[in-house]
Amino acid sequence: MKKMKVVEGAYAVAHAAKVCKPHVICAYPITPQTHIAECLSQFKADGELTGESINVESEFAALSCLIGASAIGARTYSATSSQGLAMMHEALFNASGMRFPIVITVVNRAMSAPINIWNDHQDSISQRDTGWIQLYAENVQEAADMTAQAYKIAENKNVLMPAMVCMDGFILSHVFEPVVLLEQDITDDFLPPYDPEYYLDPKNPMTFGALGDPSVYTEYRYLQDKAMENALEVIEKTSMEFNDMYGRYYGGLIDGYRLDDAEIVIAAMGSIIGTLKDTVDELRTEGIIAGILKIRSFRPFPKKEVRRIAKGAGIIVAIDKNISLGTGEGALCTEIKACLHSAGIDTPVFGSMLGHGGRDVSKEVIEKLVYRAGDMMKHGLKEENEFTDLRRELL
Amino acid sequence: MKLSHATIVSPGTTKINRTGGWRTFMPQFNYEKCTKCGICRTYCPEGIVSLVSEKYVADLDYCKGCGICANECPKNCIVMVLEAK
Amino acid sequence: MSNENLLAPGHRGCAGCCDAIAAKFVLEAIGSDCVVCSPTGCLEVFTTPYPESSWKVPWIHSLFDNAGAIAAGMETALKAMGKKGDTKVVVIAGDGATFDIGLQCISGAFERGHDIVYICIDNEAYMNTGVQRSAATPMFASTTTSPSGSVSYGNPTLKKDMPAILAAHGSPYVATASISYAPDFIRKVKKAASTGGPTYVQVHAPCCTGWGFDGSKTIEIGRLAVETALMPLYEMEGREITRVKKIKNRKPVDEYLRMQKRFSHLFSDASGKEVIKKIQGMADWNAKHYGLE
Repeated sequence: MKKMKVVEGAYAVAHAAKVCKPHVICAYPITPQTHIAECLSQFKADGELTGESINVESEFAALSCLIGASAIGARTYSATSSQGLAMMHEALFNASGMRFPIVITVVNRAMSAPINIWNDHQDSISQRDTGWIQLYAENVQEAADMTAQAYKIAENKNVLMPAMVCMDGFILSHVFEPVVLLEQDITDDFLPPYDPEYYLDPKNPMTFGALGDPSVYTEYRYLQDKAMENALEVIEKTSMEFNDMYGRYYGGLIDGYRLDDAEIVIAAMGSIIGTLKDTVDELRTEGIIAGILKIRSFRPFPKKEVRRIAKGAGIIVAIDKNISLGTGEGALCTEIKACLHSAGIDTPVFGSMLGHGGRDVSKEVIEKLVYRAGDMMKHGLKEENEFTDLRRELL
Repeated sequence: MKLSHATIVSPGTTKINRTGGWRTFMPQFNYEKCTKCGICRTYCPEGIVSLVSEKYVADLDYCKGCGICANECPKNCIVMVLEAK
Repeated sequence: MSNENLLAPGHRGCAGCCDAIAAKFVLEAIGSDCVVCSPTGCLEVFTTPYPESSWKVPWIHSLFDNAGAIAAGMETALKAMGKKGDTKVVVIAGDGATFDIGLQCISGAFERGHDIVYICIDNEAYMNTGVQRSAATPMFASTTTSPSGSVSYGNPTLKKDMPAILAAHGSPYVATASISYAPDFIRKVKKAASTGGPTYVQVHAPCCTGWGFDGSKTIEIGRLAVETALMPLYEMEGREITRVKKIKNRKPVDEYLRMQKRFSHLFSDASGKEVIKKIQGMADWNAKHYGLE
């Protein structure tokens, strides 16, 4: 039984980042990421960082500094949330297009306006087209462990794409839990040094970031897409390697909970999985055959796995802590529907948006949702999607 | 030509592009008055004026005919002439 | 001067291009032991048309607005990986990327004291996108977003004093230069490179396409800018001006302005003459303030 320590979620993640030995760290503070930035600063002050850290003047500067550092051949790390991630938007495309395997933690927080510091997934979901691998953690242990996995995946020669490890703001960042802190000795084996083929070197002067005109741009996009495809397998393999070496497993691209015989499948990402697990256990005692499809990797999207599970299900309830405004639904719902449709799988999908702006998601809300899903499974979908926890008395 | 994974390019490769085809006028050097001050070499935007056997010469493969060398030569050694093609 | 040319010919710069001349001098001064970042702009675009590159030093282009941060990241990584040695971390940027959109990143990099050399090639507008005004555009110059017209004399604002801003950040060495004064410029770049910490050289560069003159006049017009005192050449160490280039026979600003289409609207009538008087006033102020005579 490994030694556990009660630490704040932010500490566990900052510690994991430290253990991965990035050469350059830049983190600009934003609630609820701040404790990660502060932990890293304390590590630096106590001489515990193997690399350098820069107190940058903005998140855009943070990611830009990491792009420069990665071009030199450095392993790099940052963390941000919400507005900070949005501010990085331009640089997210740049890092991905230049194939720098930068890893950042996104401590998920709602987007302004209205200004709101609490958890939802609008920030990372809004960046889903930027060419970053997106992994969602269920709990603090997973968030910390995912950091090491993210480096291994990103730096894989067949991937070379940047990655964001998403953890729910406050819910995971500020909670105190017993965790096994990422082990330095195992990580030194698990994660070999970053060894890029090309880097800026006066002895071998290459030009990075040249103009890609219409005659070649498509092919570069294609190569990125291929890299994402390769990442599907790499994510699975890395999860298993991690388990072999550390003895902890969270699933690969997805994980399932009481899924094998589930009629009502609840698909979701992030910390809500914990609430769902408790709720599903209770529902099962009532004879409701529900199960959970935990999406770990949102990018690349695990189409094969989703299709396999959908085939055996009576209905899928897709839970989104985000909305793609103008479609009336959240991104996970849309992506599940799309991947089923293109495979001719007609399992009904009901989109439930909840938890926006940090609204607490209770077991009661989930239970009611599942009862209705059971009803829709028998009698057909009356609506496609809804704001499940809408307070109608305010409207 | 196979692409690498990103737009990473080898150094100095613009030299396969002979910009000499751009020009209308070309520099003609009169070496009698030349004091070898090197100003023509200094201010050439293409960096293609160099000392060859003690004489300043423009590499006509790349010379765009901008005329800076002629304009700056303190001894008026250089004249821009219409290039016969 | 060494004969080594670290910027290969064949690039797509205009005939008479000031950026090409400036970049050539910078590399001559710095040598091959460097890593260079250029933000988006003319220089970046015309030197790196895929699959070719003019650069014979390691070079990176990221975005328009982050050259300062890219340089800071490169410098930090070199330190962290024990690779810094004597390698210079250099930015060669245009005025748009420096004065405007990239200001935040330069400010951060300079405030933190990274050991970088920042060279701004100041051709006084966003040239690569079609000559739109920047904060470096001088007052009364006509650009496509500050054109002269029936109710306009061109750009209505004074040039932002970037050297003063960066000196105020505590930069140990800040200088203005001109491509028309090559030995002076090269000396200043060498000084900036050999001074530890964040250093800045802003080099005035007349753009034939953007300012409206024949490419052969690039150096001549640059010289006039200095000789009229419109472009004072000076050096600052710490926050004090420590050296200036004196002008022997100061020329009236007309001689400089009339050579450029971007000021041609000032020569069409009497009201234009009044504006030229204002510009002369600015030159007079420079001469006094910087002690140029």
